[in-house]
Amino acid sequence: MAYPANYRYTKEHEWIEVDGASGTVGITDYAQSSLGDIVFVDLPKVGDKVEAGKTFGSVESVKAVSDLYAPVSGTVTAVNEELANAPEKINTDANSTWMLKLDLTGGGQADGLLSAEEYEKFISEETGH
Amino acid sequence: MTLEAIPLSELQTPLRKTALNATHRAAKAKMVDFGGWDMPVEYSGLIAEHMAVRSAVGLFDVSHMGDIQLRGPNTLAAVQQLCMNDASKLEVGQAQYSAMLYPNGTFVDDVVVHKLSSNDYLIVINAGTREKDVKWVRQVIGRMSGAHVSDYSDYYTQLAIQGPRALETLQKLTPVDLSAIKNYWFTWGQVCGLHNVMIARTGYTGEDGFEIYIPSDVATSERVWNEVLAAGAEFGILPCGLGARYTLRLESGMALYGHEISDTINVLEAGLGRYAKLDKPEFVGREALLEVQTTGGPKRKLVGLEMIERGIGRDGYPVFTLDGEKIGEITSGSPAPFLKKNIAMAYVPVEHSELNTELAVEIRGQKVKARVIPLPFYKKPKKST
Repeated sequence: MAYPANYRYTKEHEWIEVDGASGTVGITDYAQSSLGDIVFVDLPKVGDKVEAGKTFGSVESVKAVSDLYAPVSGTVTAVNEELANAPEKINTDANSTWMLKLDLTGGGQADGLLSAEEYEKFISEETGH
Repeated sequence: MTLEAIPLSELQTPLRKTALNATHRAAKAKMVDFGGWDMPVEYSGLIAEHMAVRSAVGLFDVSHMGDIQLRGPNTLAAVQQLCMNDASKLEVGQAQYSAMLYPNGTFVDDVVVHKLSSNDYLIVINAGTREKDVKWVRQVIGRMSGAHVSDYSDYYTQLAIQGPRALETLQKLTPVDLSAIKNYWFTWGQVCGLHNVMIARTGYTGEDGFEIYIPSDVATSERVWNEVLAAGAEFGILPCGLGARYTLRLESGMALYGHEISDTINVLEAGLGRYAKLDKPEFVGREALLEVQTTGGPKRKLVGLEMIERGIGRDGYPVFTLDGEKIGEITSGSPAPFLKKNIAMAYVPVEHSELNTELAVEIRGQKVKARVIPLPFYKKPKKST
């Protein structure tokens, strides 16, 4: 599994790529692998506000449903519409299959999040027991 | 996001392992605690495994299932007392779906009864209920003379080879003419060089298939597992986990203990009355079922639901009328990989169980419409040859 060094990660297995005042959010390869075949993604609408640490939607595989948590606060500027018909793209490539784009103006700082290295350490501890 | 597995079982026991545990782990299967057993939930992916069984063949380790053997001159009477189906109809080499009931007509467990010889029966039971079942059997027939109870659960590795190519796969490993074994019959023969292996044409997937019972030592178990996979390779065999086992049996409308059947649900509610032979003179639970039958039948009924709005109804989600009255709960629910829709089974009052009734399932705070459709959701196609 590869975790891009320019992303930041949550302990709930979301990634965010921050570019100036905009952020792109998805779930990690570890998350998609743990969930298995993803069949359904429930996402907010453009214009909705998301709050750091709070749920913004859900993702479902055949066997499980999981909440999605916002890595930072911000306003939704785009939703990946493709996922409504092809949610399995997350299984194929979790790193480049984004869910939301956020406007972080006046909101989000990605500072408290994990680096790629810290995230990999976190999941190896989580799966190590 | 939070990762939560389906709560497949409520039982808390130290994790137990089948003889194939190391094989599953070496193959990087995802493991899950199922009824106290460390079992593979999926290998290559649930949907691929499900589709392999519907279209070709899949291999399951079901060694966690329990095996109770009853022997002695009085065994038939014991089985008849213990189980609701009529075991006197069985011939040697024949099996039947049945259940052990409490006196109030609810389930101890659903079982498959195999007649091994005139005084020898094998009852295959669920994994999560093994200790409870064995205790129950001893309690019910404990004082009957001439019926000896043995728990052989740990003696067998049980493998299920399931799917339209199951016969061709297993046939490569045995001289026994498998096509001569009828559905729900079994025989003994050589498999992978092992003598006297019990080969049953049974399963829990809604497809044709076989279950074989081999010695539970690790070396033998691994060898046979690998030989079955090699024999099925040309058909695209996949090792399958409990995830696919769950969705396959759900599509096929089959009950799962702890979901559709439990000690709070009676046989008639579960729609399994056809397996309860009330014309038998006596079995535990019979009086209660007769009472239900003579007082207007069950008040609630197991129905099949198809989600007609966007959303997946899952185990435990509440079911409402369109007017907002809560009337029941989903017992099993999931996307159906073969049927490609979201299906569920639920208990609802009889007055809301008519086909095509529209109901609502509450999915994390939101009401989503569903429709009552016939069970089973899926029936295997009739053989074309």
